[in-house]
Amino acid sequence: MIRLEKRPTPSRAWALSTPVIAVILTMLAGGLMFALLGKDPVEVIRIIFWDPLFHERFASFSRPQLLVKAGPLILIAIGLSLGFRAGIWNIGAEGQYIIGALAGASFGLALYPSEHPLIFPGMIVAGLLGGFLWAMIPAVLKTKANTNEILVSLLLVYVAEAILASAATSWLRNPDGQGFPGSRNLARHPGTDNPVVVDQLGLEGFAGGFFDLAHYGVFAALAAVIAAYVLFQKHLFGYQIKLAGQAPRAARFSGVSPARMVILCLGISGALAGAAGVFEVSGPAGQVTIDLNVGYGFTAIIVAFLGRLHPIGILFAGLLMALTYIGGELAQLLLQVPAPAIQAFQGMLLFFLLALDVLSNYRVRVGREAKA
Amino acid sequence: MIIDPVTLIVALITISTPVLLAALGELVVEKSGVLNLGVEGMMIMGAVCGFVVAHHSGSPTLAFIAGMAGGACLSVIFAVLTQFLMSNQVATGLALTLFGLGLAALLGVGYEGQPIPEVAKPLPEVLRTIPVIGPILLGHDLVTYLAVAAVFAIAYVLKHTRIGLIIRAVGESHDAAHALGYKVIRIRFAAIVFGGAMAGLGGAFLSIVYVENWVQGMTAGAGWIALALVVFAGWKSGRVLFGAWLFGGIAALQLRLQAAEVSVPVALLDASPYIVTIIVLVIMSSDRAKTAINAPAALGKTFHATG
Repeated sequence: MIRLEKRPTPSRAWALSTPVIAVILTMLAGGLMFALLGKDPVEVIRIIFWDPLFHERFASFSRPQLLVKAGPLILIAIGLSLGFRAGIWNIGAEGQYIIGALAGASFGLALYPSEHPLIFPGMIVAGLLGGFLWAMIPAVLKTKANTNEILVSLLLVYVAEAILASAATSWLRNPDGQGFPGSRNLARHPGTDNPVVVDQLGLEGFAGGFFDLAHYGVFAALAAVIAAYVLFQKHLFGYQIKLAGQAPRAARFSGVSPARMVILCLGISGALAGAAGVFEVSGPAGQVTIDLNVGYGFTAIIVAFLGRLHPIGILFAGLLMALTYIGGELAQLLLQVPAPAIQAFQGMLLFFLLALDVLSNYRVRVGREAKA
Repeated sequence: MIIDPVTLIVALITISTPVLLAALGELVVEKSGVLNLGVEGMMIMGAVCGFVVAHHSGSPTLAFIAGMAGGACLSVIFAVLTQFLMSNQVATGLALTLFGLGLAALLGVGYEGQPIPEVAKPLPEVLRTIPVIGPILLGHDLVTYLAVAAVFAIAYVLKHTRIGLIIRAVGESHDAAHALGYKVIRIRFAAIVFGGAMAGLGGAFLSIVYVENWVQGMTAGAGWIALALVVFAGWKSGRVLFGAWLFGGIAALQLRLQAAEVSVPVALLDASPYIVTIIVLVIMSSDRAKTAINAPAALGKTFHATG
């Protein structure tokens, strides 16, 4: 007979090793899924996890993509992790990402064709503010009307998608675009573009080529990791977040206002998601289109959990998840593995991680229960 | 452009059926003290399983059963994780939705636009020619009638039967129910699978009857609206029906206003079902004392038998 015994404190060793075990188990279960699809499982797993980094033909193309894909995931997940730690569930980062991108793009396009050097910084501020304000809707409704922030933030994703569709087809549509939906190309216009940093410095091929396509958003994500690390290690607010999550009553007695916590956690995560949107629309995406959002806001939830809500963990989790995107595209190209298989694969990873959490919180005892 | 009230009401009833089924399932789950945020994932699984089986078998009955099975199978993952491995219900529910959307898209590759059999209506054609009452009350298919019947059946079972009493006891205080000898985990497991089957049936209705096609991501938030309906209804099944009709009414009306090209921005019309759901949630939630009384006390809490 197997029994579970609650540990007095979660095991640190298990908390660190479970993400690795979860990845291995996902590879096994995912391999089974790919085998059912009629693909060689070993080959698919190798193409997803190994070839983008080390294959002599593909690596030169894939390596620079890694940080570009990981950047928005890390930036959004860092923000989400603040709230998740405090028990505040912002599930609508996808919507905040869209509104941030729209706010930033609108600012840049309103000043078109000016190439003033302050336009791009202004777009970032607009994006931060857009994401922040969109996140304030669930935050204020939660603090003023006790409305569930999970449902409201999530429902607002669909509202944001409707606004995006209308922006791409009417008020942000390129007037020189012969009636096609989609805005002017921000990335190809000096002033509104989010440039690749190494091009400006002349450092192509630096660090194995990983930085060859890295735009400002990538560096913003790395800065967010450091800022979050400092926040949790050194700052009172980081401590209050931990306290609010682990002992809400104790937190209230020690003067932590729950309303202030909700506003700050949702606000920061919304602003970061909004910034991620601006960096994307002015860089890799280039323009406002109906399908501007590709699910980064949802995948970032997996990244936050896989990284154990810890900044350094999120950094690695973001890179891993980016690898599954790039490797997934490669597998699609080489073996015709259907694109949704990667999404199912990512979901599987979260299941295994959550299932293995039991090992950090409980001790597994095999054998009959001892008589007390 | 005049909007015909009869066709509007007929559309309202059809549109509200999937969310009504999913919300009723979730109501039972939440009554047992479990919060499953994976409704959207279970619905889309039901939609794809139902559609694929409808296409291959040609039998709507088999297709609806497949839809229920699809939703139920996915919910088993949630049940095992939250009940046996004691994982966080919020995170696991989200994982269920993310995984379900991916898996459903994978299963549905190549099925968009494939033909499926038409679902026969249970009542004779001639009854539908009765003015007003005919189309509104007598022209629907069997699942729609079942959904409305389920409202009353679930209300009765929860309120007046022993099994309903046990479900509510487990949802109010799992420790007390456990001390009385009820198998908390088994009861919750069964409730979760029931919820999955109901969400799956709702999804199958969406793809087989309402849209008559499989489109990736076709649930478009219906699962989340179902979750909101449970809160809106204050965990009472009669009010779930009212909420589903309200939502269906807004959705049906906005589609007609779009077709009529009224001078309201399309984005606002598209978003109106979600906006109205949020507004209704705000109104219902703002009365703190009332929500606190109606919500099952153990909702979302993990049960671990220590003794």
